[in-house]
Amino acid sequence: MKETVTLFKREFMGYFRSPVAYVFLAVFLVGAMGLPWFLGGFFESNDASLRPFFLFLPWIFLFLVPAVGMRLWSEEKRSGTWELLFTLPIGIWQAVAGKFLAGWAFVSLAIILTLTMPITIAYLGSPDWGPVFSGYVGSILMAGAFLGICSAVSALTRNQVISFVVSLIICLALVLLGWSAFNELMLALNLPVWLVDALANFSFVTHFEGMVAGLIRLRDVVFFASIIAFSLAITVLILER
Amino acid sequence: MINVRNLVKDYGPIRAVDDVTFDVRKGDILGFLGPNGAGKSTTMKMITGFLPPTSGRTEIAGIDVAERPREAKRHIGYLPESGPLYPEMTVIEFLRFIAEMRGLSGAKAAAALDRAIELCHLRAVRHQPIETLSKGFRQRVGMAQAVMHDPPCLILDEPTDGLDPNQKQEVRRLIASMAKEKAIILSTHILEEVEAMCNRVIIIAAGRILVNETPADLLRRHPNYGAVELELAHGDTGNLRNTVKDLDGVASVESLNGKLLIRPKNQTDLKSLLWNRALAEKWPMKSLEPANLRLEDVFRNLTQKDGESIEERTPPAAREKGQTAA
Ligand SMILES: Nc1ncnc2c1ncn2[C@@H]1O[C@H](COP(=O)(O)OP(=O)(O)OP(=O)(O)O)[C@@H](O)[C@H]1O
Ligand SMILES: [Mg+2]
Repeated sequence: MKETVTLFKREFMGYFRSPVAYVFLAVFLVGAMGLPWFLGGFFESNDASLRPFFLFLPWIFLFLVPAVGMRLWSEEKRSGTWELLFTLPIGIWQAVAGKFLAGWAFVSLAIILTLTMPITIAYLGSPDWGPVFSGYVGSILMAGAFLGICSAVSALTRNQVISFVVSLIICLALVLLGWSAFNELMLALNLPVWLVDALANFSFVTHFEGMVAGLIRLRDVVFFASIIAFSLAITVLILER
Repeated sequence: MINVRNLVKDYGPIRAVDDVTFDVRKGDILGFLGPNGAGKSTTMKMITGFLPPTSGRTEIAGIDVAERPREAKRHIGYLPESGPLYPEMTVIEFLRFIAEMRGLSGAKAAAALDRAIELCHLRAVRHQPIETLSKGFRQRVGMAQAVMHDPPCLILDEPTDGLDPNQKQEVRRLIASMAKEKAIILSTHILEEVEAMCNRVIIIAAGRILVNETPADLLRRHPNYGAVELELAHGDTGNLRNTVKDLDGVASVESLNGKLLIRPKNQTDLKSLLWNRALAEKWPMKSLEPANLRLEDVFRNLTQKDGESIEERTPPAAREKGQTAA
């Protein structure tokens, strides 16, 4: 446990040792707050809600979470430092958890920095704080699930580019499964409704939408938590060889 | 302290390590030699618990590495080959991280940190990011990391690789200074290093242990072990050659750069034998010296693959010795 905390600290601080972290934060903030504004007509909708912002988030995560997650294990493998790490008295589970939590904390920090937006809205109008709160909880959970998948993929390869692309493809699939246009396409292809529904149930978006609407449902939380637990277990299995 | 039993490692169809067994006791410095790709690093990675063996096991201070990895790892300091480090951290940040991971905190951590920095002469660069250090200094950071918790077992994979002669000497001194209290395994391609500091040598080739003995015993495998070189004042050894050849206790005589290279039979003390003859028969002798024995020759004889078996290529004198040593 103590080792996990030590590793968490090293990893989390590690993000700020390189300028990449600041570039990431800047891109994330501009993207997450700017895109809905440009494309979604954020300020044209008169309801002072963050709905457009949240609905764009999965697409932003799609690129930016793999950018954080690609280096989790690939970099350790490439530079050989995992040899150092795993000859220290730390269990593989603890190491996987420490690195994952540090990455998650970093992405969460980025998400929390966007709180400037509802605060601005609060200044201009009066936002509905319930959905704002649940939306942020959902965003952080969803980011965790994305990052878990990136962790497992990055444990497979020492190449960060491969790690990024494969993570992105898997995450894209998990987002698309719940996208209405995609579901309609599947139905048009004469896939049975139950299959389309089942697949949509695996989508991040399906489980995220409830939270954006203001509902924190247990099954959605369990869904994201199980994705995280499952992908970390896979990471451990891969690293154990 | 370190007990290695029947370690095997397969990489797909390649058997990188093949049934390696040996022991290292406290006070030992074991030199691990072998050509490139022999399986030295692979063996060390298995001993440290980083790499799970295909079969076989390792005990560190009586603790099975596979069964209780974390406990075993507390007893080991490990310098991986080519010293991987976290480049963006400063030396002190990195070493502090290692100390904390090793369970050291407060005054204990500060003392350990201080000791490691002192031992490895890192004080001047301690606030420098590791990526800005020269290779030699990085290697020292790797050493500092390995000895941080004063472990009873040290596993060092090519600790002097890439160092300048002064730093090589420095690292050797450092290792030798810790030898009494620890069991140390080090791999190297520098054979003088083995002669200078190790009290045991293992030569491994294609994953198998070829020899496991003291450096002195290893030297006995040299074809010229016990041989002497004789030089005459006038340089013409032609006549003497036959005389010497017929002496009792001489196995063979060879002319070599105007000198005679004389090999002994039955471990005869050639030097005193020849001195006595030379005095009695008034040979115009200029010098009589033991032949130059280089460990490299032994190493080459043992490890060069040319289809012959190792036994066949070992000269008779060494073969006798090899059998008694084995
Ligand atoms: N990850 C790996 N996958 C496949 N083969 C490997 C792997 N690591 C090592 N090998 C093979 O195992 C054999 C032993 O390699 P090892 O690194 O142990 O050699 P070594 O004795 O340390 O050599 P060197 O003196 O060059 O450091 C080599 O044939 C190598 O190609
Ligand atoms: Mg090696």
